Amino acid sequence: MRILFIKAALVSAMLATPLAHAATAIVSNEKDDTLSFIDLETLEVTDTVSVGQRPRGIILSKDKSRLYICASDSDTVQVMDLASRTIIATLPSGEDPEQFSLHPDDRRLYIANEDDALVTVVDTVSHEVLAQIEVGVEPEGMAVSPDGRWAVNTSETTSMLHWIDTETHELVDNTLVDQRPRHVEFTRDGSMLWASSEIGGTVSIIDVASREIVKKLNFQIRGIHPDKIQPVGVKLSADGRFAFVALGPANHVAVVDASSYEVLDYLLVGRRVWHMEFTPDQKYLLTTNGVSGDVSVVDIDKMKVIKSIKVGRYPWGVVTLE
Amino acid sequence: MKSLNRLTLTACMALLPFSHTAGASTLEIQIAYLGFEADHGPVLSNILPEPADAGLRGAELGISDSNSTGRFLKHQYSLHSLSSPDSASLIAHAQTLYDQGLRLFVLKLNANQLRQIATQLPDDAVLINAGSSDNELRSNACIPGMLHTLPSRAMLTDALGQWLASRRWSRWLLLEGNQSEDKAYADSLQRSADRFGAKVIERKSWDYDTDLRRTAQKELPPFTQTREYDVVLVADERGDFGEYVPYNTWYPRPVAGTQGMSPVAWHKVVEAWGAAQLHSRFEKQADRWMNSLDYASWAGVRTFAEAVTQTRSTDPATLKAFILSPEFQLGAFKGRKLSYRPWSGQLRQPIPLVHPRALVSQSPQEGFLHPVTDLDTLGYDASESECQVQ
Repeated sequence: MRILFIKAALVSAMLATPLAHAATAIVSNEKDDTLSFIDLETLEVTDTVSVGQRPRGIILSKDKSRLYICASDSDTVQVMDLASRTIIATLPSGEDPEQFSLHPDDRRLYIANEDDALVTVVDTVSHEVLAQIEVGVEPEGMAVSPDGRWAVNTSETTSMLHWIDTETHELVDNTLVDQRPRHVEFTRDGSMLWASSEIGGTVSIIDVASREIVKKLNFQIRGIHPDKIQPVGVKLSADGRFAFVALGPANHVAVVDASSYEVLDYLLVGRRVWHMEFTPDQKYLLTTNGVSGDVSVVDIDKMKVIKSIKVGRYPWGVVTLE
Repeated sequence: MKSLNRLTLTACMALLPFSHTAGASTLEIQIAYLGFEADHGPVLSNILPEPADAGLRGAELGISDSNSTGRFLKHQYSLHSLSSPDSASLIAHAQTLYDQGLRLFVLKLNANQLRQIATQLPDDAVLINAGSSDNELRSNACIPGMLHTLPSRAMLTDALGQWLASRRWSRWLLLEGNQSEDKAYADSLQRSADRFGAKVIERKSWDYDTDLRRTAQKELPPFTQTREYDVVLVADERGDFGEYVPYNTWYPRPVAGTQGMSPVAWHKVVEAWGAAQLHSRFEKQADRWMNSLDYASWAGVRTFAEAVTQTRSTDPATLKAFILSPEFQLGAFKGRKLSYRPWSGQLRQPIPLVHPRALVSQSPQEGFLHPVTDLDTLGYDASESECQVQ
């Protein structure tokens, strides 16, 4: 009996071990000025931490020890130490930072300043502004190519992708896409760029070498008016098989075959889905649902939504780490 | 099509916005704006006056928004504007601008002035009405070829009527002022009642001449003492007595229409879908809040600019054909793309329902269906209109 008990205790202790180092998701809550920390084993919120005003875009440093937070209404990018979950620095981000992208050098942060029609480049080590580049009205999406050569910004009112040379920090080309481009995502090999157009209702797939649109995706969901299908977030699975497109007020995520560009399925998630992230093991996809104030968990093998997790008001960005 | 999607420019252009160095290849787009500064006469409630430059500041923002796109395309926009309380000089100026070569007009004018300008200018001028909400211009007394960015009264009252239907507040007391615009608004409310199954239990005209600032508490309760109603609807466009109706009704009932909760084209409290950024650009430039007239003029300028961006042309016929084609889409901070009705030339748009401090709802309401787009459940649909814009 006693031995059994010890065995059981040992087993549960062994089971418990991964819990202590469980993977974590961090979600920014735009209208609560907080971050929610989700334990990815239990899929429950374990911590809520106050940050600057109107936190939107969030990204991790390469070593995942720090989190950068666009505190839009505080006009700053905050740096959080993830071990202590405290803000250790603020970066001069320019006004109203919304989304950003970290260069592969782990130093240069490219920040879209929504109110100022600028992209600000900040050195995360020296905290210096390296450059400010004029772009179109309401810059939003930001992505740096895997080889570090390009920083691409979307401007919502101008409906363009702006190609910024990261060597010279000059704007060298523009690609006109459909109305209100929100998000850009490079493929892993850097050869293609996916760009969502929220009001246009499309996703453009752009050949990086020629910077021309090679394919435009359209979405149709039965019973939902086409005007309400508004692509925002785009995520590409690490194995290159799938692309997921968050369709905003259509409350669905489209599953796209990343090589044939065929739309395979639409998954019902929470209300007004915007941004997404994979768990580190690529088994699950998390979506931020602003209006319903929750995070949907998609099981990628089953292509099913298995849970929704209540977080703060208007969840916006999401990152995950081991 | 592919070449349309991709544009190349030099880094130097990006560093020199609005540069004149681009030379012959720069496309110059001149847009005319004419604004009538109407005198609304004395009103009882004159505490919070409407801005005199409503409309103009929206057109100006439309130009600067368009130039920020334009500088990447070597398209340069400029505004030639005149605002005046004098009808004759506005109409004469329209001709002067036309003679100078301008073809694209955004007009914050009343229906009579619109008619005169449309008669006077040759057909190749493209006219956008950003000042008159008259239903007749969209139904049975259309001006050939005219586009409209300001919602018609019918769109506004239908937006309100749908919401009242969704709340099941179907017994309406209708109060109207003594101006012709008030009667038009009240008629439009009556039409919406018929469309959405509401009943106007009584329609009363306000003709008291006492100063309501001091006597509202005494005068309005008996004035609104009728058979029981669910809601009081006010038709008082210039804001004469309507501001004093809320909280002074005989029955404890909400007030909507031109006062209380109002259907509008635009308001400060609309902040979703990127609207917060439009407000902040506007406020930086105009130092006040953006209203419906500003929005209509902004949308007018943006309509021309969007057509220029997509067609790479300044030819008025090309632009107009594109604006009325199914390819045209305007991103206008209302949560979905906007387009023009090919019959009346009216810009389809969701209508926010607001009270002074918050957004209550936005119509079309859920469940009001339409074979083409639910936006066409607001205002005069193709079968109800005699207009032929093309």
